[in-house]
Amino acid sequence: MKKYLGPLSKDNPILVQTLGVCSALAVTAQLKPAVVMALSVTVVCAFSNLIISLIRNTIPSRIRIIVQLLIVSFWVVLVDLLLQAYFYEISKLLSVFVGLIITNCIIMGRLEAFALSHKPWPSFMDGVMNGLGYGLVLVVVAFFRELLGSGTLWNHQVVPNALYHAGYLNNGLMILPPMALILVGVMIWVRGSGVDR
Amino acid sequence: MSDIFNIFIRSVFIDNMVFAYFLGMCSYLAVSKSVKTASGLGLAVCFVLAITVPVNYLIDKYLLQPGALSWLGSSFAQVDLSFLSLIIFIAVIAGMVQLLEMVIERYMPALYMALGIFLPLIAVNCAILGGSLFMQERNFPTVAHSFSYAIGSGLGWLLAITAMAALRERLKYSNIPEPLRGNGIAYIITGLMGLGFMAFLGI
Repeated sequence: MKKYLGPLSKDNPILVQTLGVCSALAVTAQLKPAVVMALSVTVVCAFSNLIISLIRNTIPSRIRIIVQLLIVSFWVVLVDLLLQAYFYEISKLLSVFVGLIITNCIIMGRLEAFALSHKPWPSFMDGVMNGLGYGLVLVVVAFFRELLGSGTLWNHQVVPNALYHAGYLNNGLMILPPMALILVGVMIWVRGSGVDR
Repeated sequence: MSDIFNIFIRSVFIDNMVFAYFLGMCSYLAVSKSVKTASGLGLAVCFVLAITVPVNYLIDKYLLQPGALSWLGSSFAQVDLSFLSLIIFIAVIAGMVQLLEMVIERYMPALYMALGIFLPLIAVNCAILGGSLFMQERNFPTVAHSFSYAIGSGLGWLLAITAMAALRERLKYSNIPEPLRGNGIAYIITGLMGLGFMAFLGI
């Protein structure tokens, strides 16, 4: 089990390998869309890894990029339609970023680097763990942005009203998109300066 | 006409791909180490966006949207192929990039040498697919609007990556805390640049 845990911190896709930043940051103003996005990426990553690994010996290496893109987009369309059917509100909120999972570098990177040369079960686990490593960063960033920016968590108010009466104000800066980048920068700083020495 | 110009200005400064939507961040962070390569990649992105967005616009408008096939006859008016749009868009982008690479290599060898390694990478750059998806979401009335949107976002991306590369060339000489060197400080700088760009919101 231990060999699969790397992506959570030591080889974290966002913090260490700088992959998949593209779609990661735009959805983190609130906790709920961040969790849904993290789950979608985990599902797409795990199952694309599984399928590519199953057919890895039959793909001609010259056209492998196109094959990979098609398999990934198959899963993304599936996830997109499921979200539209059962979680319409969130799907509206995530808008184009579900579609952008196709070009998420984490998924292409794991397919190229892992699934093409490993057996199905390890590939599947690798996909799950990388998805979760990505999700971890998303959830942490979204937690702080929603808590400090709007005083809520998962749309429930957590900052007590008494505090507002005493003069506490939400930090409107946290809602703005650039703060996501600065928070990730701070996470890299924290991680680098102690956790994984 | 003023509409088209508005879209252009909006997409360069206010809806900047990098600072407002974080699109193309992976290559933005990876390739922004020197101004020369950064501007090369920026140009390539501009170029590919300017071609793929209008093409995808036409495909979306005349093949994929609900009721888009009505030019084939009234019996096709009910057909809705929009669930195919993701797959078609990515296929068009991959195909266009391949085609472009061959054309440029044949007729403009100097440009090919300048863009060379970046062109194939662009097929999986989220800024390109993002351009097409935002185009679809915004429902531009004519193909000229979508073209101006594409050029604008491309230029915005070029602006962002070139500015970042210039800053990073200078950063080599500054004294940054050890754990923050490299990507950490790059994220924070991008965030600060994004805050700066928000000043354009008033335009």
